Amino acid sequence: MTRLHFTRRGVMKTGAATGAGLALPIIFTGAAWAQEQGFTNAPTGDTVTLGFNVPQTGPYADEGADELRAFELAVEHLNGEGDGGMLQTFSSKALDGAGIMGKRVEFVTGDTQTKSDAARAAAQSMIQKDGAVMISGGSSSGVAVAVQGLCQDAGVIFMSGLTHSNDTTGKDKKANGFRHFFNAYMSAAAMAPVLESLYGTDRRAYHLTADYTWGWTQQESIAAATEALGWETVENVLTPLAATDFSSYIAPVLNSGADVLVLNHYGGNMVNSLTNAVQFGLKQAQANGKDFQIVVPLYSELMARGAGESIAGIPGSQNWDWKLENERGSRYIGTNAFVQSFGEKYGFPPSQAAHTCYAQTLLYADAVTRAGSFNPCAVVEALEDFEFDGLGNGPTLYRGSDHQCFKDVVVVRGKENPENEFDLVEIVEVTPTEAVTYEPDHPMFAGGELGECNPGA
Amino acid sequence: MEAFLLQILNGLDKGSAYALIALGLTLIFGTLGVVNFAHGALFMLGAFVAVTLSRLLQLSHKASEPSGTDFLGNPRYDDVLYVEDIFGPELGQALLDWAVPVSILVAIPVMLLIGFVMERGLIKHFYKRPHADQILVTFGLAIVLQEVIKYFYGANPIPTPAPDAFRGSFDFGVLLGFDPNTIIYPYWRLVYFVFAAIIIAAVFAFLQFTTFGMVVRAGMADRETVGLLGIDIDRRFTIMFGIAAAVAGLAGVMYTPINPPNYHMGMDFLVLSFVVVVVGGMGSLPGAVLAGFLLGILESFASTTWATTAVPGINQIIIYLVAIVVLLTRPRGLMGRRGVMEE
Repeated sequence: MTRLHFTRRGVMKTGAATGAGLALPIIFTGAAWAQEQGFTNAPTGDTVTLGFNVPQTGPYADEGADELRAFELAVEHLNGEGDGGMLQTFSSKALDGAGIMGKRVEFVTGDTQTKSDAARAAAQSMIQKDGAVMISGGSSSGVAVAVQGLCQDAGVIFMSGLTHSNDTTGKDKKANGFRHFFNAYMSAAAMAPVLESLYGTDRRAYHLTADYTWGWTQQESIAAATEALGWETVENVLTPLAATDFSSYIAPVLNSGADVLVLNHYGGNMVNSLTNAVQFGLKQAQANGKDFQIVVPLYSELMARGAGESIAGIPGSQNWDWKLENERGSRYIGTNAFVQSFGEKYGFPPSQAAHTCYAQTLLYADAVTRAGSFNPCAVVEALEDFEFDGLGNGPTLYRGSDHQCFKDVVVVRGKENPENEFDLVEIVEVTPTEAVTYEPDHPMFAGGELGECNPGA
Repeated sequence: MEAFLLQILNGLDKGSAYALIALGLTLIFGTLGVVNFAHGALFMLGAFVAVTLSRLLQLSHKASEPSGTDFLGNPRYDDVLYVEDIFGPELGQALLDWAVPVSILVAIPVMLLIGFVMERGLIKHFYKRPHADQILVTFGLAIVLQEVIKYFYGANPIPTPAPDAFRGSFDFGVLLGFDPNTIIYPYWRLVYFVFAAIIIAAVFAFLQFTTFGMVVRAGMADRETVGLLGIDIDRRFTIMFGIAAAVAGLAGVMYTPINPPNYHMGMDFLVLSFVVVVVGGMGSLPGAVLAGFLLGILESFASTTWATTAVPGINQIIIYLVAIVVLLTRPRGLMGRRGVMEE
C-alpha cells in the first residue's frame, strides 16, 4: 500500500503547473504569445503565414472551396505570380508582387465545418501551431462572430469572409475584425427602392426567417425597410435552421392575407424553402388582386444553382457580381481583371464569396505594407477610414468606427432563361453607397463596443 | 377547418417518406436483427440514382459552330445533347423531362444490387456482434457513402425537377367547397403519397400472399425453427435486405423533386426514421407505417404558427416528445407485441 505525501511546496508547484497548463490553450494574451516584436506570431524569417478558415466539409463546402480558390489566387498574385489580377487595378499601389513587405506569403487552411466550435478550434490551431498572423474566410455569421472574438483575444487580425448579419460589425464588432462583405441592413436599404418600383407600396408581406443571428437581423432589416415604403408585415415565422422541408410553413401563406413572401433564408434552407414555395404555386398565385411575389433578400450563385428554375424572376441582393463591370461600366473596375484571372485558372467565373475573400487578402496585405508593420494595431490603424477603389465594387470606405466596408450594393433577379449554369442572375440595379450608409449608432447595430486593438503582447 | 385539412395533407407526404424508410428499417431489423444506421444513406443513394440518370441524359458534345463568346471572351460553343442526337429533339426532351420517373426503372436493380453487396460484403460479418458494433459499422458506412457522393457531386443541392405535367399545385379547397387558394397541394407531393401507398401495399402483399413472404414472416417470428426445417432462411433474409434497400432507394428517387437532393439528405431522415420505428413498435411493419404517417402529420401541425406561438420550439421536439409519451405508456410501441424482438 502506498501513502501519498503532500508538502506545501509540492502542492504549490503542482497547482501552478496545472493552472498554467489549463490556461495555455484558453488565454492567448499571455507572455508566451509575445514575440520579440511584441505581437502575436510576428514573422521572423523570410515568409509570413496567413490562415484561411473556410468550410471544407458540411453543407457550405462548395462555397468554401470557391473561397479557397480565391485565397490561393490572391497569394499567387501577392507573390508576383500569375497575371496580378486586381493588383493591377487596386487604387493603392503599395503592393509590388514581392510578397508582403518582402516576405513571401504562405498559407495554411482550416475547416470551419460551418460550426462555431470547429471554426474556433481550426483558427486556434492555425494561430498556435502554424503561426498565422491573420485569419480570413468563412460562410456564416455565427462562425464569423465566434472566430472574430477568438482573433481579438489572440491578438491577430480577422478579415471575415461571407458574413451578412448586422451583428458582425454591430453588437459583436471587434477592433481586430474587419468586414468587406455587405450586411443585412444594406441589403434591405438597397432592395427597398427596387421593390417599390417592381411591386408598389401597397403590399402585405409574410416572412419566413431562419432562427439564428443572421436570420433575425435580416428579417428586422427588410421588415423595417419595406414598412417604411408602406408595406405591412402580416406575419414572421421563425423556422429551425435544421429544417429541410418547409411545406408546413409555406402552406398557410396564401391563406394569410399576404401577397408577398419574404424568405430570410440562406444556403440549403433557401434552396428548399424557395423550391417548396414554387411547388405550392406561389409564383403563379394571385392575392389581394395582385400577382403574388417572392423575395429573397440575400442571394448567392451557389444557392441560385441549387434552386434551379425556381429562382427565375425572384429579386435579391448581392455584394458583387462577376458581370458588374461589363454591364455597369468602369466604376466597377477590377471586376474583369479578377474574373479573367480566376476564370483562366479555374474555368468558371468566381462567386461573390470568392470575390470578398480575394479582396480581403489584398486589403490586409496592402494595410501591412502601408503601415510598415505586421503589428495588428498598426494594421488596424491603416485599415480604419481607408478609402480605396479598383477592387470591383467601386469607391469603397472601410469605416473606422465599426470596421464595415461601405460601397454600392447589387440588386439582382433570377434570370428567366439562363444561357449556362453560371449565368443565373441578372443585375436589376446597383444601389449607390449613400443609400445604404447608416450611422454607426444605428439601433440595429447598437449594443457592442469596438474596443481596443489587441496585438497579443 | 381548412387549416386542419391543409396540415393533414402536408403531413401525408412527409409521413410517406418516414413510412417508406421506417418500413425498410423494420424489415432489416425484423429479419436480420441488424440495427442499420446506413439506411438513410440508401435513401440518399436512391436520390442520386435519379441525379445520375438526369446527368447522363444531359451528356452533350459541343456544336461545330460558335454561337457567341463565353465569360472570358473566348468563342462559346453550345452544348448539343446526345440524347437528342439519338432519339430526336422531341423524344430526347421528353426523356429529360421524365428523368425522375424513368429513374425508378434504373433504381430498382441498382438498389437491389447495392443491398446485396452491402449485406454480403459487410453486414453479415456483424450478425453475431453486439448491437453497438452494428450501429458503429453501419453509421461509419453511412458517413463513407455520403462522403463518396459529396466527392463526385459536391455539397450543393442539385435541382432535379418533376416532369412538367406534375409541376404546380392542385386547389383542393375548391374541390371541397372552400374559397380558392385555401387548400393548395402540389401535384408531385400527391404523386409521392400515392407512390408510397403502392409500395407499402406491394411489400405487405409480397409478405402476406407469397410463399417466400410466408417463410420470411416465419423466420422473423422464429428464425431457429425455420432453419431446423431445412429452409435456407439466410438467403431469403439477404433478399429481404435487397428489397429494403430498394424501398429506401425508390423513396429517395421520388423525393428528389420535392427538395433538391444533397449528400446529407439521408442523415436528415435517419434519426427521425428510427424514432418512427420505435414508436411504431420494433419489428412491426404495420406499426412502422402507422407511426410514419402519424408523426409526419403531427410534425406538420407542430410547425403551424398557433402551435409555435403556444409552445415555442414545439416544431423541433414534437416527434421526440411523442416518442417519450408512447414509450412511457406503451413500452413496446404502438403495435409492438410481447415476445417479438425480445430476448
